[in-house]
Amino acid sequence: MLVPTFMGVTLASFAFIRLIPGDPVELLVGERGIDPARHAQLLHDLGFDRPLWEQYLGFLANVLSGDLGKSIVTKQPVFDEFLTLFPATIELSVCALFLALVIGLPAGIVAGVRRGSTFDHSVMAVSLTGYSMPIFWSGLMLIILFSGVLQWTPVSGRISALFWVEPVTGFMLIDTWFSDEKGAFTSAVSHLILPSVVLATIPLAVIARQTRSAMLEVLSEDYVRTARAKGLSPFRVIGLHALRNALIPVVTVIGLQVGVLLAGAILTETIFSWPGIGKWLVDSIFRRDYPSVQSGLLLIASMVMLVNLFVDLLYGLINPRIRHAR
Amino acid sequence: MVATAEVQHEELAAPAIHPLREFWFYFSENKGAVAGLFTVIAIVVMALSANVLAPYSPIEQYRDHLLLPPAWQEGGSWAFFLGTDATGRDILSRIIYGSRFSLLVGAIVSTLSLSSGIIIGLIAASFRGALEAVIMRMMDVILAIPSLLLALVIVAILGPSLENAMIAIAVVYLPHFVRLTRASAISELSKDYVTASRVAGAGRIRLMVVTVLPNCLGPLIVQATLGFSSAILDAAALGFLGMGAQPPTPEWGTMLADAREFILRAWWVVTFPGLAILIAVLAFNLMGDGLRDALDPKLRRS
Repeated sequence: MLVPTFMGVTLASFAFIRLIPGDPVELLVGERGIDPARHAQLLHDLGFDRPLWEQYLGFLANVLSGDLGKSIVTKQPVFDEFLTLFPATIELSVCALFLALVIGLPAGIVAGVRRGSTFDHSVMAVSLTGYSMPIFWSGLMLIILFSGVLQWTPVSGRISALFWVEPVTGFMLIDTWFSDEKGAFTSAVSHLILPSVVLATIPLAVIARQTRSAMLEVLSEDYVRTARAKGLSPFRVIGLHALRNALIPVVTVIGLQVGVLLAGAILTETIFSWPGIGKWLVDSIFRRDYPSVQSGLLLIASMVMLVNLFVDLLYGLINPRIRHAR
Repeated sequence: MVATAEVQHEELAAPAIHPLREFWFYFSENKGAVAGLFTVIAIVVMALSANVLAPYSPIEQYRDHLLLPPAWQEGGSWAFFLGTDATGRDILSRIIYGSRFSLLVGAIVSTLSLSSGIIIGLIAASFRGALEAVIMRMMDVILAIPSLLLALVIVAILGPSLENAMIAIAVVYLPHFVRLTRASAISELSKDYVTASRVAGAGRIRLMVVTVLPNCLGPLIVQATLGFSSAILDAAALGFLGMGAQPPTPEWGTMLADAREFILRAWWVVTFPGLAILIAVLAFNLMGDGLRDALDPKLRRS
């Protein structure tokens, strides 16, 4: 399943650059134009006059050996650029997912257990609102409130310009924690809070809803009634018996959030000028730096597929029924 | 489905209830769904009568009234109830006209992805084998790329405009409809009534479109309603990134993009367009949820 899909993704990203109006050489030389002889020469040098299937095999060979081409704008290898920016996106996404889990799971569990209560209704109302939220707007509103009116948090970036921290891991929280600069860690945290909250909005809503409905389903099962009848404390029934089975579908949903997080990162990073992959992709599209877009597309799609595979495997691990079904 | 449901009803319940009436009975139990429905109706009315309701033209610039705050704030004027933007355009009028674009996007994207999804899904279910494998792998590829990113890339190929944004979003939503159609069509194909129709000599197209398709429509309609709200949200996101409707079109996402540089000076230019997006999306989601519960007999009695 994974291999044909991966081939499809390489084909899609290969096709992408050829579907853009104008040929690759025109993209390289930009607006200035070029005389036809030199144009043909460049086409030949770059191998664009070979048959398409040959070009595709060459592209595939390059991709598999880790060569994703060079950015037209910075002339740097795209893969290097991706690697320097990637930790920023990971840091933001991990914090957002953490927020979503820490709030979403307990809220969903309690809402499911206390079905029909005021708490349940509020969780459902808030999560439906969160699910409908244009996060590019809520981000701006948070900036107005916390950075404008209250002046608690900075408007953009990863850390105050006053600090210089050596990027050892690329993760600002870790790098500043071990650096000698006083206040650098606090500054990094205060830069991270708003973007994480914004990026967490939709995963939080989805996780809370899914946890609640999984909980409802499990609580109506016979074995839960048996556990109750045995006289187990409600805490044990819910925490030990119900929760373990309720979390199985939730794990799948959490896995699906990776794609949502990466799409959300495009918007969140643009709003908060967060130097990560999402902002880089949008900037690349605007700069018409198509090799970067092509490789970014390929890398992100591969990542989503790997996470899905991982979730599938994990699913078998936590749900013995699936394992033994074969 | 409608026909069989009616037959069953006449057999089971003594006075036959019209399916629409039964639907409304379950739908109206959900207060959120009814609220959503009324909000949607209000938005439709707003869009249809925008030229009557809006006090000004959405693109007319009032140069003596730049960045005027809303009426209830100091310095505001009742002439411009929600204030004006950086080029002196009336925000209320722009929001009223903007509802036209959002509804248009939702309607066109849903129709486009629903109809092409049904066609592709039915082809996959009907032919099986290699063709089906190719189609489903293509859908997997689309699903592997985060939706907004794929939509951005498609718009980059086609060029930024509202029409191309709609095409891009329709492509991104396509796999959901293809998968739904294929899955329910395959399960219908194994049923006796389909075999009967095949024995009676129905051709492939007649079998798929006339016999199978009507019985697969329920979940597709629900998915289309929910896709409506996602389409509004994604089109606004593309507009916000500068890859959707182009200025001076009063599309809500594009309005937000224009307003970004003024956020710390003029809160109202950012607040109202976003609030409009939120309300519209929320209303469609509420309605879609209610629709799903009312149409899905399994969920209904629980």
